[in-house]
Amino acid sequence: MTVTTNSDTNVPAVPADSVTVTVDGRAVSVPKGSLVIRAAEVLGIEIPRFCDHPLLEPVAACRMCLVEIAGQPKPQPACAVTVTDGMAVLTQAGSAMAEAAQRGVLEFLLINHPLDCPVCDKGGECPLQNQSLSHGRGESRFDGVKRTFEKPISVSAQVLLDRERCVSCARCTRFADEIAGDPFISLQERGAKQQVGIGDESSGSYFSGNVIQICPVGALTSARYRFRTRPFDLVSVTTTCEHCAAGCELRTDYRRGTIMRRQAGDAPAVNEEWNCDKGRFAFTYVNQGRLSGPLVRDAAGDLVAASWPEAIAIAAAGLASAAGRVGVLTGGRLSDDDALTYSRFARAVLKTDDVDFRARTASAEEADFLAVHVAGTGLGVTYADLESAPAVLLVDFEPEDESPIVYLRLRKAVRTGRTRILAVAPFTSDGLAKLSGTLFRAAPGEQPAVLDRLASDESTGLRQSGAVILVGERLAGVVGGLTAVARLATATGARLAWVPRRAGERGALDAGLLPGLLPGGRPLTDATARAEIAAVWAINAADLPTTVGRDLGAQVAAVHQHQADLSDGIETEAPIGAWLIAGVGPEDLPDPTAFLAAVAAVPFVVSLETRHTEITALADVVLPVAAIPERAGSFTNWEGRVGSFSTVLSGTGALTDARVLTVLAEELGTRLGGSNEPDADWAGARRAMESVTANAATQPGKGQALLTGWRQLIDAGTLQEGEPFLAATARPAVARISAATATNLGLAAGSEVTVSAGNGQITLPWVPADLPDAVVWLPLNSADSAVRSAFGAAGTAGAIVGLSSGGAA
Amino acid sequence: MALTPVITAHWDEPDSHTMAGYKRHAGYTGLSAALAKTPDEVIGIVKDSGLRGRGGAGFPTGLKWSFVPQGDGKPHYLVVNADESEPGACKDIPIMLANPHALVEGVLITAYAIRASHAFIYIRGEVPHAIRRVMAAVRDAYAAGYAGKNVLGSGFDIEIVVHSGAGAYICGEETALLDSLEGLRGQPRLKPPFPATAGLYAAPTVINNVETICNIPTIINNGVDWFRSFGTEKSPGFKVFAVSGHVNRPGIYEAPLGITMRELLEHAGGVREGREVKFWLPGGSSVPMLTAEHLDTPLTYEDIAAAGSMLGTGTPMVFDETTSVVRAVTGWLEFYKHESCGKCTPCREGTYWIVDVLKRFRAGKGTPEDLPKLEEICAQIFGRSFCALGDAAATPFPAAMKYFASEFADGTRAAANDLFDPVAATIFSGVAS
Repeated sequence: MTVTTNSDTNVPAVPADSVTVTVDGRAVSVPKGSLVIRAAEVLGIEIPRFCDHPLLEPVAACRMCLVEIAGQPKPQPACAVTVTDGMAVLTQAGSAMAEAAQRGVLEFLLINHPLDCPVCDKGGECPLQNQSLSHGRGESRFDGVKRTFEKPISVSAQVLLDRERCVSCARCTRFADEIAGDPFISLQERGAKQQVGIGDESSGSYFSGNVIQICPVGALTSARYRFRTRPFDLVSVTTTCEHCAAGCELRTDYRRGTIMRRQAGDAPAVNEEWNCDKGRFAFTYVNQGRLSGPLVRDAAGDLVAASWPEAIAIAAAGLASAAGRVGVLTGGRLSDDDALTYSRFARAVLKTDDVDFRARTASAEEADFLAVHVAGTGLGVTYADLESAPAVLLVDFEPEDESPIVYLRLRKAVRTGRTRILAVAPFTSDGLAKLSGTLFRAAPGEQPAVLDRLASDESTGLRQSGAVILVGERLAGVVGGLTAVARLATATGARLAWVPRRAGERGALDAGLLPGLLPGGRPLTDATARAEIAAVWAINAADLPTTVGRDLGAQVAAVHQHQADLSDGIETEAPIGAWLIAGVGPEDLPDPTAFLAAVAAVPFVVSLETRHTEITALADVVLPVAAIPERAGSFTNWEGRVGSFSTVLSGTGALTDARVLTVLAEELGTRLGGSNEPDADWAGARRAMESVTANAATQPGKGQALLTGWRQLIDAGTLQEGEPFLAATARPAVARISAATATNLGLAAGSEVTVSAGNGQITLPWVPADLPDAVVWLPLNSADSAVRSAFGAAGTAGAIVGLSSGGAA
Repeated sequence: MALTPVITAHWDEPDSHTMAGYKRHAGYTGLSAALAKTPDEVIGIVKDSGLRGRGGAGFPTGLKWSFVPQGDGKPHYLVVNADESEPGACKDIPIMLANPHALVEGVLITAYAIRASHAFIYIRGEVPHAIRRVMAAVRDAYAAGYAGKNVLGSGFDIEIVVHSGAGAYICGEETALLDSLEGLRGQPRLKPPFPATAGLYAAPTVINNVETICNIPTIINNGVDWFRSFGTEKSPGFKVFAVSGHVNRPGIYEAPLGITMRELLEHAGGVREGREVKFWLPGGSSVPMLTAEHLDTPLTYEDIAAAGSMLGTGTPMVFDETTSVVRAVTGWLEFYKHESCGKCTPCREGTYWIVDVLKRFRAGKGTPEDLPKLEEICAQIFGRSFCALGDAAATPFPAAMKYFASEFADGTRAAANDLFDPVAATIFSGVAS
């Protein structure tokens, strides 16, 4: 439902600075400055409304909420009048004036509204329909010709507009202006011809789907959902978004085993009532390329279907034969419980500490930073803290692309005028510009130096109480970067938070899926920590590994070294006898080719996956697991807040990773009884982070540049498959370089530039940006810019790449 | 009551619009006099004069100025509402054509009083001839040292911007005007905050009508007592009345407030030969119509209100018995429908509906049930719309029904053009007969 009658976001129970008003004779105390309509909500009195939305500024345009206020000769809009002490309000229930005014407005709203409810997506959950029944007249007195428009028009590939249904409430246009900051939709023309229309056509928005949800009529509809179901045939489930670490609460609606749509949930502490288009529309992946059953490699070397008992037996035997030399790689997309089970399975069953959840650019410095500053620290910096912060510094973190709800909250903070945004980034992105942010420009590798300069800069506001530093996962690719961030936090006193990109990263970290780390931030090397975990897992502490294992990079390197030794005729035991791999996308790794070669080289590979991937193709045993909508669980978001999700698609028979691991453990002779998770985080001492010295700056030569980039929100990610409407709204892939760099290369405006590294090249249109000279920015995983697969190891951030004219203008 | 030309005193001189022509009659002496006083003294004088806004609402000008918070550290702005678009109103545009320097001098004094360093004159876009005159006057004022930095050595800095509207009646509504001036779609703003505290660019802003501003130099030069010697206690001063319609000499007549319509009609040469006043509107189409029985009502804010109408812009439209009330009312409503900004439901949808029904009456195809429905539609708009445009649109029909219900009843059987020959109502009808 889009009738927003909840009040907890805008009317906190603060009696300190309150005023007392009466609504329909009942007294209520509300905070000073509250709107009449909110005060009525506190009493449970619903005043009908269309344009009012608790998260948008009042506009008083629809006039549906007119009420009588004692002393005022004319009815007043309850959505725009603030309460004063002693104010006496009479709503439609107690005032003939208010009742008549509302009935009149509703009659006006309907004269030009089509009577197409039976075919309208909104029918059944429509505020106009509902309020017409509760406050309108039974029959229309209008006998003229209704206004019509061509229909529908596409506001974007996924948002369709039927203008004749519009009641000009301006919720969508205010959302675009006040919340998203993207003028993709706007009011046009005037009078009875006033209509919502396509705004700035060059402006897409990552948040456009919200306008569908807040439209109080069926004027804005979703291309994916349009005409496909009726709201009263849907079953709604509260879920947490699996796409990024923002932790949005969603409402997932399904019908007969198919997800029909997803909407933003009502989570004032997290996503308020918004979400991004990826979270809203990217759910069709569930049906893309799924594994239908276990697979095992037969004698001929082919993957063939197998029964669960057979596959489990083979997997267990393979893992057992490599005892002590098994690596566990889990990616960043597992639920909290699955991550804990992998952590436990690795330590308690496989007795290995060779675990890593970071299927991406990572470093030992990062593991150290995460273990010291993030793992098992519970709820830290929150969205509310961002909203009240005097200054927020973003370091290698582009919130609009990498955590869109963080972006929305930052924009909300900026609009109050209290919060200043600073960014250590290579250039002023659109997102940073929309946050009115200040750029502290850093070429790839320069971040530590820039951060150190900020530590001594008194003008940033970072020393003020409540200031926050948000560091993104990309900083792991910069030697000395996280050391410098920690140093800056210490120097300024600013609070520090780490915002990863994937939904499962924080949960995996808290689960201890890093070498040397046990659940709850416990150090593996600490005997007390081991004892605590052993007690929870009901095993002997002596059975836990005590030496710190190898991370993903070290494991891959060891495999390659072994291969090299073999080819040199040096016969040694394989350093990784078996890999247990779950949810790893090789395209996210710094060198996908090298990783896949390692997977091929490791003697035995067990892959737990939802779908066919390049890794399942190389595995010896493939065990299919449930996708997020097929099971219940939780994600821990970047704040450290746990968001649970219930099963949407039940009865698929798909097993969770945790269930499969439990069976596998039993096959290996260990019963995973008791609990996975300790009750409390590590309370013991935390060591200091080891300081890592930054590298000297790299100087590209002529025709070269340093590579930088990040993933755009909507790109070629596998969880976006099967949704062409969403894909069509992706920002076009462009290469960004400074104007001077373009001049040096002789690039004409509007022409293309070719970026080459390793054996690959990427040619894209270039656009100027305020980047340092000889730096090129590329989207890392877009349709025309798959940096990892094109460049391999030569395509990491900060690498020197070749730049040349791409030719065609 | 005799005419008392003040603002219009020298319009018969061919160079009245020039700096020379204006200075010949004590032009810009009001500015020097004002600069010799403190801003608060100037505000005090205007307050004491009792000058009321000439744009239609009649709000006391000095009081409006005093609402601007002083010493708040924000820039203050003066905005002149020269977007004269009300049907029947034609006084500001003639003033700007014939006496632009009075406007400029008034702007300078007002800006000084409210401590504004920027003034904007927002002129209706359809009158380029008036825009040119005002722009020339502003240029001349800069050249003469009356505007710009350190005006007349006083230390007062003022920049004047002449801005052209783009053809929207709603932009005469002061907050819509501010939005338009800021480059947005012209739609009225939510109040509070009022412009006096958060107007143009969210800074304290005074918005005054052209004629109001032109009164200021005369008050500064001649004093409060002189100003109050015209008009009545509650409506002091003189007024530029623009008389139009079925009169022999339509035009501008400047007279003390309190003159009656009958007197004003005499000055305008009376109603056309052989015709009688059927109805008249004191100040534009947005005020309720009155009839011949009200001709002796003094034209003051209070007396016209007591008679059931409003002085409005003080630009009486006079209609004789050749006029079809149905046709006139439908025409006005078509105007309001066209000019409704679309922001609020009652005005946007209500005007659409009223016109739909009124057109049927004009064509003789109304039904008896439509009349109470029309009155209800108007009641559903009046007092419920976002701004006064809706109220204005809801005014003509009920007012017309009060006096001419039978003509609407006739609209159920005969077309207005059959009952009232449109040619007979034109200025050339006498030529033909």
